[in-house]
Amino acid sequence: MDLSEFAEEIGSDDPVTIAGLGTRGGPVDDVRPVMAPGGVEWFRPDEMIVCCGAGTPLDELEDALAIHRQTVAIPPFGTVGGALAVGRSGIRRLGYGPVRDTVLQVRYVDASGRIVKAGGPTVKNVSGFDLCRLLVGSHGTLGFVGDVILRTRPMGRFEQWFTTTTDPDVLLRQLYRPTSILWDGERSWVLLEGHPDDVRAQAAALGLVAGDLPPALPKGGRWSVDPAQLRSLVGTGRFVAEIGVGIVHHEQPAPARPRDPAIVELHRRIKARFDPTGRLNPGVDVLAAP
Amino acid sequence: MTDRLVTDLVDVLDRRRVHAGGSHRALYRRDASNMEGSTSVVCLPETTDEVAACVRVANRHGVAFVARGSGTGLAGGAVPLDDSIVISLTRMTGVVSVDEINRRAWVQPGVLNLDLSNQLEHLGVHFAPDPSSQQTCSIGGNVANNSGGPHCLAEGVTNSHVLALKVVLPDGTVTVLGGDDPEPDGYDLRGVFVGSEGMLGIATEVCVKLTQNYPAVRTMLMDFAAVADGAATVSSIIADGMVPAAIEMMDQLCLQAVEAYIHAGLPVDSAAALLVEVVGLPNDLEAQVERIVEIAGMHRVSSIRIAQDEAERALLWKGRKSAFGAIANIQPDYYLHDTVVPRSQLPVVLEQIYEIARRHDLQVLNVFHAGDGNLHPLLVYDARVPGTIDRVHEAGREIVQASVDAGGVLTGEHGIGLEKRDYMGLMFSDVDLAAQNALRCAFDPEMRSNPGKVLPNPATCAEINAVRVPEGAWI
Repeated sequence: MDLSEFAEEIGSDDPVTIAGLGTRGGPVDDVRPVMAPGGVEWFRPDEMIVCCGAGTPLDELEDALAIHRQTVAIPPFGTVGGALAVGRSGIRRLGYGPVRDTVLQVRYVDASGRIVKAGGPTVKNVSGFDLCRLLVGSHGTLGFVGDVILRTRPMGRFEQWFTTTTDPDVLLRQLYRPTSILWDGERSWVLLEGHPDDVRAQAAALGLVAGDLPPALPKGGRWSVDPAQLRSLVGTGRFVAEIGVGIVHHEQPAPARPRDPAIVELHRRIKARFDPTGRLNPGVDVLAAP
Repeated sequence: MTDRLVTDLVDVLDRRRVHAGGSHRALYRRDASNMEGSTSVVCLPETTDEVAACVRVANRHGVAFVARGSGTGLAGGAVPLDDSIVISLTRMTGVVSVDEINRRAWVQPGVLNLDLSNQLEHLGVHFAPDPSSQQTCSIGGNVANNSGGPHCLAEGVTNSHVLALKVVLPDGTVTVLGGDDPEPDGYDLRGVFVGSEGMLGIATEVCVKLTQNYPAVRTMLMDFAAVADGAATVSSIIADGMVPAAIEMMDQLCLQAVEAYIHAGLPVDSAAALLVEVVGLPNDLEAQVERIVEIAGMHRVSSIRIAQDEAERALLWKGRKSAFGAIANIQPDYYLHDTVVPRSQLPVVLEQIYEIARRHDLQVLNVFHAGDGNLHPLLVYDARVPGTIDRVHEAGREIVQASVDAGGVLTGEHGIGLEKRDYMGLMFSDVDLAAQNALRCAFDPEMRSNPGKVLPNPATCAEINAVRVPEGAWI
């Protein structure tokens, strides 16, 4: 994929913001927006890797992967670049892992308008510092991602949601690699994937009832909680918690968290090194990102 | 100068844990690579505060420092340069806390990889990254190198198994990167610290993710008359939508060396053998075994041996993991490489490796993580023969070049260290390297934490120090 036009558009002087489909927040107001190139560049099912522009809509990517019964552990909707900039996982994180683990290589445009490559095209790679992980969740404050190579995964052979009132800790302890366990303080919803006979056997052993899809997730706030502390949520309002993970979809906004001055200082220094004049997504504070 | 430094270190530790004598300095000037440097003093702190105190003393004296685990690194990452202080974490071997339900534990960096899994076995969990050195390598070293291992094919390498790190930053500040919660605010500083080879600070406590043990395991040994058939089998298994727990390959010379060493009944007349392990629930397991056998058949497999019990499984794995010990029967010295290529390129690159070895009149054995294209060509030689070392290095350089040319990368799990520092330009442009240096300088503007590693021709951090973010522009 030729990123030179994208780099030229970003330039090296004035404030600039990156726009996708606006699914996860959108560009900074009153700043010149740019859009990353889109489209699946190539897909190698036998390597389980795919290369696409950051502007590629996730449904377009998933359609391309589905032809070979593969998928990617990035939550749906919006663009690939938007999902990576925000870095949030979907409700299958327990089984699929965090979004950051899907990114193998990133080519981004830096604050001086230069194209920078981070990471490499293979699933295993420890060549140099892992700037891919720095960019995932950086809200476009360090560079604008042009294209990426992602690790794909096979689609489950069979999947089924179940419900139960069994204690979620028991579920976590006894189920083998559930894809998701959601809990609203009383009831749990469990997603199992695999061989249909294994799925049914696991469900039967714990008395899970097949059927109901998970509940609508409360949209008031996304809390990030030590999974060992999830029980303390009972009585705080309506919520759906991801057991074993610690993401909580709550009707209330997430409470403010204390900031360690050493972490704030590291953020300031990183931003100063990567974007000395503060022209990329100006005003966005990753430590306070909603 | 050194005397004052030693005195100050003794003040923050005690006399028995600060060593400036010749034998310690000789012992710690190298790791498991064949490179060596020099150190003025070796410290053995036991707590985070003591590590921080050592780092502050280093800063006060303007001396660089190098964190060290078990010293099993193969790329020279823990080799101290220019009389750096060595800070050895081998006394920090405690498991601090375990969350049985959510399968995670805070551990100190000196805990050995296999010890951790053994200690927690009664909980039905293990630490997934399993380097071949797992009996002796430490969790801190695994963090520094983002270590892999055979079972990282399905489970991912160390970065996927580290949730948080308590670290001493290069200026001596103590902080936590990442957290007990899944989405800490801000940049993924935990993610960049893992694999940074000790250049961003020193990890003094690690929150590791623990992996549920497998309900059932099947281990298969399949042998092929042609290396290309074995490699094609690997690609076809993955393309079929399966990710086995491990797929390892050994070539003929390696099979012969190992068989002579452990007598496991390995197929010594075959060009290559694959060790394939699948794990999971029973129905899924049987379906995978059946399909893998079918795929191997399509690629002319000569024979398939399925381990009948745990003892046979252990024997097959022993064959894989003792390859390096077996080599002593062939030649006294070896040089182990570590590169990655796309799986589809395995047959081509392996053929190139054989050709490179032939041209340099060297023997090469291949024993590697075929499932993720992670090659480990092992050049065996006798260092006493004049000129051999030069040929070994030249052959190594050509192997790295061939891997990168095939669309691969410099290293899959051993790291860059000193060994591949000057090869970084094969994979990255100056602009790419400047970005990596920018990260390093943000953490360590004085360049005191393990300097001289990973990044070639180190740009100083000073040139961009002058530029400041305008007040209120961002934070």
